[in-house]
Amino acid sequence: MFRAKHRKTIAITIMMLPGFLWLFILRYLPMGGIIMAFQDYRPHPPNPTLINNIINSRFVGLDNFEFIFATDRAFNMIRNTIGYNLVFIILTTVLSIALAIALNEITKPFLAKAWQTLMFFPFFISWVVASYFVFAFLAPHFGIFSDIRNWYHETEPWPFILTGANLWKNLGFNCIIYFAAIKGIDQEQYEAAAIDGASKWRQIWSITIPGIKPMIIILFIMAIGRIFNADFGLFWNVPNNMGPLMSVTEVFDTYVFRAMQTMSVGMSTAAGLFQSFVGFILIMAANTIVRKVDKENALI
Amino acid sequence: MSSTVINNKKKRKFRSNQVSRPAEVAINVLVGAFALLCILPFIFIIIISFTSADSLRIYGYSFFPAELSTDSFAAAFTMGNVLWRSYGVSFLVTVVGTLLSMFVSLLYAYGLYRRDYPLRNFFAIFIFITMIFGGGLVPTVMVIRNLLGLGDTLWALIIPSLILPFHVIILRTFLSSAVPETLIESARLDGAGEFRTLLSIVVPIVKPGLATVALLTAIGYWNDWWLAMLFIRDRTLFPLQYLLMEFQQNVDFVRRNLQMIGDANIDFAALPSEGLRMALAVLIVLPIACAYPFFQRYIVTGLTVGAVKG
Repeated sequence: MFRAKHRKTIAITIMMLPGFLWLFILRYLPMGGIIMAFQDYRPHPPNPTLINNIINSRFVGLDNFEFIFATDRAFNMIRNTIGYNLVFIILTTVLSIALAIALNEITKPFLAKAWQTLMFFPFFISWVVASYFVFAFLAPHFGIFSDIRNWYHETEPWPFILTGANLWKNLGFNCIIYFAAIKGIDQEQYEAAAIDGASKWRQIWSITIPGIKPMIIILFIMAIGRIFNADFGLFWNVPNNMGPLMSVTEVFDTYVFRAMQTMSVGMSTAAGLFQSFVGFILIMAANTIVRKVDKENALI
Repeated sequence: MSSTVINNKKKRKFRSNQVSRPAEVAINVLVGAFALLCILPFIFIIIISFTSADSLRIYGYSFFPAELSTDSFAAAFTMGNVLWRSYGVSFLVTVVGTLLSMFVSLLYAYGLYRRDYPLRNFFAIFIFITMIFGGGLVPTVMVIRNLLGLGDTLWALIIPSLILPFHVIILRTFLSSAVPETLIESARLDGAGEFRTLLSIVVPIVKPGLATVALLTAIGYWNDWWLAMLFIRDRTLFPLQYLLMEFQQNVDFVRRNLQMIGDANIDFAALPSEGLRMALAVLIVLPIACAYPFFQRYIVTGLTVGAVKG
């Protein structure tokens, strides 16, 4: 019996091994690479392998961070990242819940299914293709709205375009998640409320919203934890990576990517580390707050 | 049940607890308008790709083109090697990537599901940490490029997205909600090894869950341009999405490529590049758009099970 139990443990461990190795090499080794954020990373001439370079590079403390965050550009991209994300989180949450509640009131199954199918479609489209969709409307000379202004050179409309594009892509997906959560609410509650004379609005406020509260909280924590992470594809592809638009389209992820191409390894690593670190702090903080308010719904 | 109700209108409301008919019509109009807005751009680029080069030049992109033609698609197909090669790369990466990813993820999810597995907690925490903290872009790129040496290989498009913690969690949720542990126990008593148990007993039961995750994974691979942007410089290894992206950022890209690889007899100046780019976009979405109505249902069930219970 003892040996059989051991054999089982060994067998399952072998099955875990590919996943373990992948996580170790592609997720944990890069965490070790964080050390470069505190170095003046340089190739080590005799044998410039990654490990050799790291071992032989000079430590510079927080110089990389100081350098990278002392600029106006850094301030601007942090403001953009947080600003866009806050707008996205609020609008997506409110609108997708409203859509899900509306969808739930449709009695014709065919229509409900049809709207759902159409709404979910953008979720499966890459940002590269979506940028073509936007381009079809805004392209100079060819686009439908090309007469209105020179879209790809003027910054003013872009906060709205990017917000619109983001809602277009993600509303349907979030709506379906909330819709499923609404379907999971005990229907008898509604009948009982109706018998007591509760109006539809009253039912939504007192049954539906509390019923999907756990879902709202989970998605909210995750979104807050990712407030320093922007959707690279949205901010890079949709504005066609246009230089003149940079003041309103530069976000943390595009900044780190550009840093990787133009700045030193140490600095771009520092920028990425700052992003991961703040994200980690935020997710923990959001979770702690939720746990204080409502222990059951905390993530960790 | 409704004997106490006085007037008719109240009675209908009372019995079914539905919104009034005009309200439902209004809801349908609003939700329907948004739903149509979601596919409108796709319909638009289909129309553009079937618009003749002349009407594009004169009127630009329009929902109601003056003259229809298939020139743009003809032009897309004259790209020949460039286009088919990228199609091939995307297809290969999607198939191999999805199979490998499912294999690794399912094995990992199986261990997390087995409550009698002593190391279960360790592996659960091991994957959970990667969901809340990471090394950032630069070290990850350096590990893949310098340490593993995957730059400019097809593996660079496959390996980096092999495991998504969210998918592993969906799979584990499917396993624990569909496969009773007593079943595993009885298989063990029958002398089946762990691997056999997984393949011949667990997999058939969780097929719907596997299908969901496999579809999500396949779409992820098909839609990927990010990994190509990071790791691929060799034009012959460009997946479709990245080909399209390069085309958007540099309109002359395809012409240059045609001159390099393509048929020397094509009149390059005459290529309708404005329609061509939209035709390419249509050709990329086409496989997804065709399969979408069929797989959409699986993904909805999968996501909701994974998200609600996970």
